[in-house]
Amino acid sequence: MERALTRFIRALRSAGADVSSTEAIDAARTVALVGYADREVMKTSLSMVLAKSEEEKVLHDHLFDVFFKTVEASPRREQQEDPNADSAEGEDNSNLMPGQGESQGQGNDDSESQALSDNTPTDEAGGDPDADQIGRFLALASNKNPAQVAMALQKAATAVGADEIRFASQTGYFVRRMLEQLGVEALERRLLEKLDDPSPSSQAQAQELIDARMAVQQQARAHIRQRYEVFGRSATENFMNETIANRSIDQLEYRDLERMKFIVARMAKRLAVRHSRKRRMRNRGRLDIGRTLRASAANDWVPVDLVWRYKRKDRPKIVAICDVSGSVASYVRFLLLFLHTLRDEVSDVDTFAFSNKLHDVGDILARLSPEAAMDRIVDVAGSGSTDYGQALAELQESYFDSIDRRTTVIILGDGRSNHSDPRLDIVQEIADRAKRLVWLCPEPPMRWGTGDSCMLRYEPLITKLYHCATAADLERAVDDVMLAYD
Amino acid sequence: MTSSPRLVSSTSPADQLGFASIDSVTAALGSAGYISTPSISTALYLAHHLRKPVLVEGPAGVGKTDMAVCISKALSYPLLRLQCYEGLDESKALYEWQYGKQLLYTQVLKDKINHLIGDADSIEASLAKLSGFRDLFFSREFLAPRPVLKAMEQEGGSVLLIDEIDKSDEAFEALLLEVLADYQVTIPEIGTIQAQIPPLVILTSNNTRELGDALKRRCLHLHVGFPDADREQQIVRARVPDIAQSLLKQMVDFVQSLREQDIRKLPSISETVDWARTLLLMHAEALDPTLVRSTLSVLLKRQTDVLSLDGKLDSLTHAAMTGSGSAA
Repeated sequence: MERALTRFIRALRSAGADVSSTEAIDAARTVALVGYADREVMKTSLSMVLAKSEEEKVLHDHLFDVFFKTVEASPRREQQEDPNADSAEGEDNSNLMPGQGESQGQGNDDSESQALSDNTPTDEAGGDPDADQIGRFLALASNKNPAQVAMALQKAATAVGADEIRFASQTGYFVRRMLEQLGVEALERRLLEKLDDPSPSSQAQAQELIDARMAVQQQARAHIRQRYEVFGRSATENFMNETIANRSIDQLEYRDLERMKFIVARMAKRLAVRHSRKRRMRNRGRLDIGRTLRASAANDWVPVDLVWRYKRKDRPKIVAICDVSGSVASYVRFLLLFLHTLRDEVSDVDTFAFSNKLHDVGDILARLSPEAAMDRIVDVAGSGSTDYGQALAELQESYFDSIDRRTTVIILGDGRSNHSDPRLDIVQEIADRAKRLVWLCPEPPMRWGTGDSCMLRYEPLITKLYHCATAADLERAVDDVMLAYD
Repeated sequence: MTSSPRLVSSTSPADQLGFASIDSVTAALGSAGYISTPSISTALYLAHHLRKPVLVEGPAGVGKTDMAVCISKALSYPLLRLQCYEGLDESKALYEWQYGKQLLYTQVLKDKINHLIGDADSIEASLAKLSGFRDLFFSREFLAPRPVLKAMEQEGGSVLLIDEIDKSDEAFEALLLEVLADYQVTIPEIGTIQAQIPPLVILTSNNTRELGDALKRRCLHLHVGFPDADREQQIVRARVPDIAQSLLKQMVDFVQSLREQDIRKLPSISETVDWARTLLLMHAEALDPTLVRSTLSVLLKRQTDVLSLDGKLDSLTHAAMTGSGSAA
């Protein structure tokens, strides 16, 4: 049992759950307490000890079902009811768990191979070293004793390290390794011999061998699939998410969108946690005379301990101005998605979109789902040729009140203004009014200043200019923005 | 972890009775008027036998605090409750020195000091004499125990409820670690106070912030969500026994369908119970759209939610009235 539990915990870890060794010990104590007769109780109990958040609980419950599925199928109950069951099946509990493995290995191994060769319907001479292996293999294929077959498969899978499987594409490799472990090479040698011999009896025997090989292969494949479900699937998911977070946003395809939403949500949560924590820590301010006096009562009114007032930090306020013309639209989608997700943390966000005319799109973002909102925004603001100057002028005219000394202004755009006046004066004024002016540019630095790009002219006025091409870049940039408020 | 000896617990008979099995926890909670679920009972059962605190997370108003109150009632343990808030520190949670008393003591000491060291003729001699006395200034007499320390000191066991731990600061979480892992409080001036019978510790969190890993590791993690229709009916019935069965079913169906809508603040059990009381006061016998509209403010606490639902209200009410509630 302990061993199965250890493997289950390893499966959880490989799926990204953070299980410490203390928790592993607790899990063992839990199982010792509640037993494993009632699967549901065991599942609930373990989920309380091993999974410490809602996401981890989902993961745990899923893995638990996959992992202990084979247990349900095993003939455990019959064995317990009939203690005199075939001794070749080994200890009573040896079939309980997948991959009970090496620890009980040696003793079982002998009895098992003994039993298998006993059952073997083979007429080969004893002198052939391959005969034994082939006999065992054929016994597996005949599937006369499912419990034994399951056990042999478990052992083979463990021996080839099938728990290390991470990708579905590795299935074939592990199946082959398992077959080798089960002695398929001897069988293949025999098969070649038989195929070479044109006599009908040899051909028939060859066909038998081929069928046997197929049967065992199928079983091994099913077995590896299950191990992949337990140990590999989530690891693959994590890997995919990691890859996409670091891929350039404009290369993302439509089918990545769902994953992207998940990544963005996770980033937003991470940022929220990091920064809400810091914001709680307060700065020391002036002396609190009243509390100092009260605290000094114990010291005969000698003020030994000084008590300070604390002053609160600014709440973050963000004004985001997004260029939604064709070239940058895909980036804007993610920035907006991001800001949308951050809304609970940063309550004060004003969002504007422009290609030439400036539109306040905060309302659209609040009302619609992120995808629908994005389409609507591009609809409203996306037409027309890009003109930064005009948009900035409109910002100055109508919305300058929303920019004050605790505001961070984020401009997202490539700074390509179709050779119109970039209105550096307004950018300067924004920089003066705001706490910080941050520019996220999807273009790489080597292209700044080429053609109609005004990035290099804007650059000296901006507090911070980021090249922002991947979701990971975006997280870093927003992290930096938030940092200014900590 | 050297906790295996603690598995064998020295508990009172009443305690054993309530924790004999998971079912008996459910029964004990039931006797105190709390409708439990398998996972809630399992959590408490494990908490008792593994000597681990339970961290209960879930939306506001699903009965997290009630769980602690009811288990203490069921076991007739004293309940010690600590409401967390930002800035909560050890002097409010663990213990505090009683400065006033200490001050008086120094005054008394001043008067008596000559008497104590009267016959000593050098500074060394008087210091030696003084050091012979117990340090009374920092002793139990001057210690005012706060909820956590109080819970440790209860001789017959207790339930310690640390409510809304997510509202406290990081630093306070760290302060709790010793209490949660070893059921002891260390007071630098006195030493370590160990609980004779470890209290059943229940922490609740509304998940407004992520709790530290160290804290989570020391706790069993229980997530309590919104109840299904059956359990919600049972809960409302337990709290508002006079309500008619037909109305109860209708209103629970309505609330359940409301939870499937896209609103910011979903109504929780406490709101359903309040609504049941409201409807009872109004002598309602069945739901109808006007009634729902006029009492909706009991269920929805945000004006924007009320507005956004305005269009769907009639159809939702209708669905609940005809009994096809949750399908809507």
